[in-house]
Amino acid sequence: MRVRVRVNGAWRTAEVWPGASLLALLRDALGLCGSKNACEQGECGSCSVWLDGELVCACLVLAAQADGREVRTVEGLTTGEDLHPVQRAFVEAGAVQCGFCTPGFVVAVVDLLSRDPDPDEPRIREALSGNLCRCTGYQKILDAVRLAASKLGGSSP
Amino acid sequence: MDVFVPRTLDEALEIKAARPDAVPIAGGTDLMVELNLNRRRPRALLDVSRLAELRRCGREDGAVFLGAGVSYTRVIAELPECVPLAQASRAVGSPQIRNRGTVGGNLGTASPAGDALPVLAAYDAEIVVATRDGARALPWAQFLVGPKQTALPPDGLILGARWRIARGPGSFSKVGTRNAMVIAIASLCLVLDEEQRAVRVALGSVGPTVLRAPDAEAYAAEAMARAGTWDDPAALPAPREIEEWAQRVAGAARPIDDVRGTAAYRRHACAALARRALRWALEDRRAGGRA
Ligand SMILES: Cc1cc2nc3c(=O)[nH]c(=O)nc-3n(C[C@H](O)[C@H](O)[C@H](O)COP(=O)(O)OP(=O)(O)OC[C@H]3O[C@@H](n4cnc5c(N)ncnc54)[C@H](O)[C@@H]3O)c2cc1C
Ligand code: FES
Ligand code: FES
Repeated sequence: MRVRVRVNGAWRTAEVWPGASLLALLRDALGLCGSKNACEQGECGSCSVWLDGELVCACLVLAAQADGREVRTVEGLTTGEDLHPVQRAFVEAGAVQCGFCTPGFVVAVVDLLSRDPDPDEPRIREALSGNLCRCTGYQKILDAVRLAASKLGGSSP
Repeated sequence: MDVFVPRTLDEALEIKAARPDAVPIAGGTDLMVELNLNRRRPRALLDVSRLAELRRCGREDGAVFLGAGVSYTRVIAELPECVPLAQASRAVGSPQIRNRGTVGGNLGTASPAGDALPVLAAYDAEIVVATRDGARALPWAQFLVGPKQTALPPDGLILGARWRIARGPGSFSKVGTRNAMVIAIASLCLVLDEEQRAVRVALGSVGPTVLRAPDAEAYAAEAMARAGTWDDPAALPAPREIEEWAQRVAGAARPIDDVRGTAAYRRHACAALARRALRWALEDRRAGGRA
């Protein structure tokens, strides 16, 4: 079936299998491979994107449900070579090892900081409870969130 | 596979009447997992996420109506006065899951572990179901008929749940292996109804479907009456009465052994949850909170 979605500001149309997820639409049909596919069951958060401004797992959204709607992915955080302050904080804090979980974390952190510019630790842990990292042990990810929060100086990203 | 994307409830019900094999999809947090993992391949899907009629939520003449399409995130923001429901909603999955997952989907899946279900049972909620021929309300126990089984007719959709607002404290709590992203090993919702001087308790994950514990409920209400607690929040039932209540709640469970826990552990957990929930409620009344 044909699905038309506004992705990172631009309308895109693609032909997908009717049972396809938004994640399959983004990765396989539109070539946006920043959102990762790891579990396809909502457990890992590596496919996190925004659908009409809401943080969701793209693997759990039927592509047809996104038809006519606004999707923002990790690719939409920056243009050109510059990194988003949250991405830069991940690099500086050493919060990336294999990097597979990183796009999902970055999206979830941007979402958190847009709603709470100065979150305390329980709040950060709660906000990231839907994102799994198999490498870092989370400590450096928490450091990255705090670093990003201070970089952004409380202004919304 | 066909996908239908109706814009109105009427349109959706017409489609459902013509194509009873079309499986509704709301937040997709249960259904998409089955599609992605190839466990289920429905002939057709019916997107209900655009139906404004299912997204209503709020007070309607002395009752609360919660549309089937309202997400847990919205429940937390919009129904904070329904304390146990907000607590159960907070206990679901992760932010991503709460942004999409709906109470209608929890009802549709009808898992014995669905976190919203003990709350609806303790509220004595009705489930409102519609077909092309009209809407009707079923008491929750007539809707949730077994593990993953509901009384939803093949041409029907869940519109939402409705319950009378009861004054009094209450809580939802669940036992799992960690704080986030867990399927409950046991869960419990307690509601005190000050007007009717009634205690209502429902258990999740410890039976084929959600269970109430009528014997324990009557016992606790009487113990509170004997102690004078209903009139004077400082007059408390005796500790051994609270213990007896906890044992009676555990006695109502019909647990099984599975990968998440043994039947014996689940019973033990029910008693612990019951003891704590009643103590919290009594403390809340004494502190004069949450009336
Ligand atoms: C990672 C993860 C964690 C989770 N954690 C929890 C948890 O902690 N607690 C918990 O209870 N659940 C949990 N779940 C399960 C799920 O999120 C809930 O059951 C949720 O309420 C389902 O809602 P949904 O809108 O996403 O349902 P969907 O997947 O869209 O639908 C579920 C079922 O309900 C039917 N349905 C939906 N809406 C209607 C309607 N209006 N009329 C008729 N039928 C309908 C569908 O046909 C389907 O059979 C989790 C799921 C995931 C993936
Ligand atoms: S791939 Fe979507 S949550 Fe894991
Ligand atoms: S860095 Fe490897 S999974 Fe997180």
